[in-house]
Amino acid sequence: MTVITRDPLDVAAPVIELSGARKTYHTGDIEFEALRGIDCRIFPGEYVAIVGPSGSGKSTLMNILGCLDVLTSGRYVLAGEDVSQMDEVALASARNRRIGFVFQQFHLLSSLTALGNVELPLVYAGVAPAERRERAMVALQRVGLGDKSRNHPGQLSGGQQQRVAIARALVTEPAIVLADEPTGNLDSHSTRDVLGMLDDLHAEGSTIVLITHESDVAARAGTVYNVTDGQFVGAGTEIAK
Amino acid sequence: MRPADLLASSWRAIRTHKMRSALTMLGIVVGIASVVLTVGLGLGTQKDVSEQIAALGSDLLIVSPGSSTDESGMRGGFGSGETLTLTDADALASEVAVPDAADVAPEKASSLSLEYGESNWTTDVTGTSTSWPEVRSRDLLYGSFFTEDDAADGASVIVLGAETAEELFGTTSVVGQEVTIDGEALEVVGVLAEAGSSGETSLDDIAVVPMTTMVERLDDSGNSESVDTIYVKAASSDSLSAASQETTALLLNLHGIASADDADFTVEVQDSLLDAATSVYEKLTVLLTGIAALALLVGGIGVMNIMLVSVTERTREIGLRKALGAAPANIRNQFLIEAMILGLSGGAVGVIIGVGLALALPSVLGSTIVVSGLALVVSVVVAVGIGAIFGVYPAARAARLAPIDALRDQ
Ligand SMILES: Nc1ncnc2c1ncn2[C@@H]1O[C@H](COP(=O)(O)OP(=O)(O)OP(=O)(O)O)[C@@H](O)[C@H]1O
Ligand SMILES: [Mg+2]
Repeated sequence: MTVITRDPLDVAAPVIELSGARKTYHTGDIEFEALRGIDCRIFPGEYVAIVGPSGSGKSTLMNILGCLDVLTSGRYVLAGEDVSQMDEVALASARNRRIGFVFQQFHLLSSLTALGNVELPLVYAGVAPAERRERAMVALQRVGLGDKSRNHPGQLSGGQQQRVAIARALVTEPAIVLADEPTGNLDSHSTRDVLGMLDDLHAEGSTIVLITHESDVAARAGTVYNVTDGQFVGAGTEIAK
Repeated sequence: MRPADLLASSWRAIRTHKMRSALTMLGIVVGIASVVLTVGLGLGTQKDVSEQIAALGSDLLIVSPGSSTDESGMRGGFGSGETLTLTDADALASEVAVPDAADVAPEKASSLSLEYGESNWTTDVTGTSTSWPEVRSRDLLYGSFFTEDDAADGASVIVLGAETAEELFGTTSVVGQEVTIDGEALEVVGVLAEAGSSGETSLDDIAVVPMTTMVERLDDSGNSESVDTIYVKAASSDSLSAASQETTALLLNLHGIASADDADFTVEVQDSLLDAATSVYEKLTVLLTGIAALALLVGGIGVMNIMLVSVTERTREIGLRKALGAAPANIRNQFLIEAMILGLSGGAVGVIIGVGLALALPSVLGSTIVVSGLALVVSVVVAVGIGAIFGVYPAARAARLAPIDALRDQ
């Protein structure tokens, strides 16, 4: 492992820029500071893993990065847009355009086919049906499920369901793919399958943020951040391949 | 989000929960079916009543002696019972003076005892002209009405109401028989068909004789000229008010009265009947509308209840949709449209059932039910409106859900 040293010629703007990010939860009278001043920049094409013990604030960070929640203080710039001050409608649009989510519980709609699930983000983007179907089909083929497009989630294995979720995350060509414990509900075979998938995406240029508590999963990423008690411990470490 | 996609996703949610959607619709179905039925029943009753009134003659003017201000005591003691005369009736019958009147029939009635053999029966005996059946919209069951010759001669003839004939003879087939009134023998030339009753008085317990016969042979009031009532039948119900004005003008002139305020007679349209019928109809309508509104309210609450359950049950779906970029308005509209589709389908089914019952029930109930196209359209619109109104709150709740809370929901 070596401390990150960036190529000085890399002038690309960061996709994600967090500065002094704090998040405080209020439960009744009790205040709990889940994020305690995180600074972090993630650049296009990076594959970042965030690791840390349970309760350290990984999911909280993921919610912030995914525009599902807002910071109590600090600044979050996503693809050049300051997200910290956005209202709900603007946040919804930011999620739609910039973020592709992969959840631990897959979160597919059982009433829709695989294709229908992949189309969903495009529905909210207002894309016309024909174009939508075509793009969703391409995304499904990319995750190797072109032949399962008409299956409902109940007719797919866990690994296949997660691949549908990955296709759904890709279909809008987001600035970043956020995956929170994407292999948490999968057996070792499917885990390899899904991680291989993320490797391929990374190789094709996608920016990926992976949250995990398994070190062998984190080992696949280019950079690993360690979270403890809502803070990054040490600088991001680059994994030597 | 495209409107078609919004509609499609609402429709899919309804189809996913078929049983629940059907049960939710049921409340609306019952409500709308009862609206269709009650409105139909109300319209049907109104139609029945106006037909009955038309049969009684809504093109009829009733001219009675005495001023309408009598009751205030202003013209009391003026001899108001005798201000209308046969001369007035003859003048009103003139086509020149009252062009909008089709027929005129004076009436002079007296309660007299009719005898046949051992039996006798007291009834109102009315003297009138030959136009009476036309003016009062009466048909004959047997025989015929008396003729112009009978009227001119003061012939000893009489026409009996069905009830009177029944009471006196035990049968209505009595043409050719003789009845005696005060020792005067009168031949029965006709029997009137039944006409039911108007208020408390039976229209079938009646005896009719020529005016001359009445005046010269039967009436002992001493005033041979006066009449009780003059009926003026307008050419049509449209010319009723014209006929009324002409009648008033002519009588004022004949009586030498300058101002209508001083009139010693009253011209009435047969409004009172209509008023009474209308007030019954209005009460019925209020009652039925109340029932229908209650049924719809219950249906609406059913929609709200199920939509709230649905929002709770689909919390995770809502969270996911928001994570994928659904704005609060998208979520709200999806639930609102779901509620409106439930209202629309419930309304449509309710209309079909309501119309079915409206077609089937009259033969059972014996009452008329009028199915109006406008009422059907309004019913469906109301059903959709109820879906929307009772869907607003659940939809707003769904839209307000925070995406992280919703996603975390298990
Ligand atoms: N909505 C909330 N209200 C109050 N406290 C919260 C809320 N969400 C999280 N927390 C607290 O914040 C801390 C961090 O939670 P978080 O879910 O980010 O942990 P994590 O690192 O993802 O843990 P795990 O690995 O178990 O998923 C925890 O102590 C948790 O109790
Ligand atoms: Mg977590």
